[in-house]
Amino acid sequence: MGVKHKTIRPARTSRHDRSGGGEGSRSGAPLARSHDVSRARPLPAADTLLRMLYLLKLTREVEVRIERVLYRQGKIVGGVYVGRGQEAIGVASAIQLVEGDFVLPSHRDLSAYLARGIPLERVLLNWMGRADAPSRGRDNTLHFGDLNKGIIPIVSPLGDTCPVACGLALQFKLRGKRNVALVYFGEGATSRGDVHEAMNFAAVMKLPVIFICNNNGYAYSTPVQKQYAVKDLWRRGPAYGMPGESVDGNDVYAVYSAHQRAIERARKGEGPSFVECKTFRMTGHSAHDAAEYVPAALFKEWEDKDPITRLQSDLLQRRLMTPEALATLHESVRKEVDEAVARAEARPLPDGESANEGVYCGPDCWWGQTRSQAFDV
Amino acid sequence: MPILTHLEAIRQGIGEEMERDSSVFLLGEDIGVYGGAFKVTEGMLEKFGAERVIDTPISESAIVGAAVGAALVGMRPVVEMQFMDFIACAFDQIVNMAAKIHYRWGAKVPMVIRGPSGAGVHGGPYHSQSNEMWFVHTPGLKVVVPSTAYDAKGLIKAAIRDDNPVIFYEHKYLYRRVKDEVPLEDYVVPIGQAILRREGTDIAVITYGAMVWTALEAAAQLEKEGISLEVLDLRSLLPYDEEAILASVRKCSKVILLHEDTRIGGMAGELAAVIAEKAFDDLDGPIVRVTAPDTPVPFSPPLEDHFLPNARKLAEAARKLASY
Repeated sequence: MGVKHKTIRPARTSRHDRSGGGEGSRSGAPLARSHDVSRARPLPAADTLLRMLYLLKLTREVEVRIERVLYRQGKIVGGVYVGRGQEAIGVASAIQLVEGDFVLPSHRDLSAYLARGIPLERVLLNWMGRADAPSRGRDNTLHFGDLNKGIIPIVSPLGDTCPVACGLALQFKLRGKRNVALVYFGEGATSRGDVHEAMNFAAVMKLPVIFICNNNGYAYSTPVQKQYAVKDLWRRGPAYGMPGESVDGNDVYAVYSAHQRAIERARKGEGPSFVECKTFRMTGHSAHDAAEYVPAALFKEWEDKDPITRLQSDLLQRRLMTPEALATLHESVRKEVDEAVARAEARPLPDGESANEGVYCGPDCWWGQTRSQAFDV
Repeated sequence: MPILTHLEAIRQGIGEEMERDSSVFLLGEDIGVYGGAFKVTEGMLEKFGAERVIDTPISESAIVGAAVGAALVGMRPVVEMQFMDFIACAFDQIVNMAAKIHYRWGAKVPMVIRGPSGAGVHGGPYHSQSNEMWFVHTPGLKVVVPSTAYDAKGLIKAAIRDDNPVIFYEHKYLYRRVKDEVPLEDYVVPIGQAILRREGTDIAVITYGAMVWTALEAAAQLEKEGISLEVLDLRSLLPYDEEAILASVRKCSKVILLHEDTRIGGMAGELAAVIAEKAFDDLDGPIVRVTAPDTPVPFSPPLEDHFLPNARKLAEAARKLASY
């Protein structure tokens, strides 16, 4: 494993910086500034890599718990969407952000939430519909945001957050900030008009938005062949007047590097980028879906490309981590999840009548109790 | 006190809020250089600059979605729909994104979506609709429809200061036809308060928007015939002023619900229900609706005239109800 995936970086990254908007895009000429392979940046520092491994493992552990334990025990109800196998995308992108930056994760991007520092317990409270969950039981799964931590949640019509990301970026510009917004969506959402409108809007206004496509092969049961007719989605970037890249989404290094370039560009005021992260959905659409429409060979193929296994092997091989330290990490992550689950389970469910409260924001609003602390920017 | 048109009053209200609060900015199609299809934002670009008066691509959904994003981080965007008919293109962002954010996770979304609605100018099916009920049926939104210049200014200012998404319907027929006194001092008209435009004793006509003027026209005519109409202008449809509605009904004991919107699922149906629930014993006759028929808005003048409620149709309904 380790050897097989060791020399990952640029070789797996197809990069197509054909247009940065403006005259360059109109003439079709490549931009002078480019992210060509020879100028690839140094690898992330060891402590960053270890932090990423921790976040990857934490995401994996809690999602396995949600999908295979809590859901089956009836402790979590409703739809269960997890990102098993595609955790590297959220981790290796969101970990690069600073205060004031925003992520707008999609429904399988718990990894981005955790990378932004959302406590595990809050995530579990929301999944379990508890009274003091971030959504107070009004919405499920990852449908909650945190303005202080720079997170805007999805709504179920996927792709809708792309225009919202443009609005955040507009505020960054109006207020003279150098922040960026990372918006995540699946390849299925790229077929929706909101993604098109937002990419065009961001390119025209040169907004600091990174459009991140988690291409995981299937939108519910629909394979990519029925979703779009181009080979790689990076082509969508230049089509709108922004750089586009397609990278191996299961390769932490490739994902990190692509977003490093895109974020730098956005902070410099050079506008948006599009990054396609090729990955695979190692589950059904939701926990109820056995995904029998997915050929078994594909699961096998992508099992071998698991992002966590690859990073672990690489860290061990490069002696950035000992096998003992890895075992300790594994155990501590398991314990962290055990404890968070236990704490969340102990919290009460909401009173039915509280469903009537907080439809509007007003001086006497029920949400106002936590507003100054948690929601003011 | 200066006399302003409906349109000038809206422009003045927006301008005052932009001067007062640097987080207010405008977003829309052709609103900057061109000043908007109806010139509501004329002069704004020169006054406030391209950063705060932003001409966008033709992307209603992106415009509204971007307004949501900006609102979440402390801005107060005011979005123009070139015609309220095109608000359909942003429907998902309004009802699934903007309207539900506060309920779902407690963040405030202070934003206004405004634009011209209504018929009477031969605009045809896509430049004439009164589609306010699409949004009245969406908890989390506020829906406002002014009839006078004074109210248009006071309500747009209230809408901009509100911490919730407000859909602000401007009747294009009123833009340049209605003028009244508009004070220069700062004032707002609170959202959710109706106002009596005319006191009467026989029949309460409850209405909003351009139909307020139709009701007043019919009332003047019927007065000569000895029928006294009271005219209540709702001003806000969501929330609506239930107290004022019930007070008028109790006073007159007969009620006509009038709107330019089509009949099924119109505001009149909701008001009829609340009146039947809460003022049944006060009624001396059937609750009567005078509305447009359930068709798209037709273009050709005789068809449009047939479609629109007017003073004659209202007077006929009132005479019949008065004799009940």
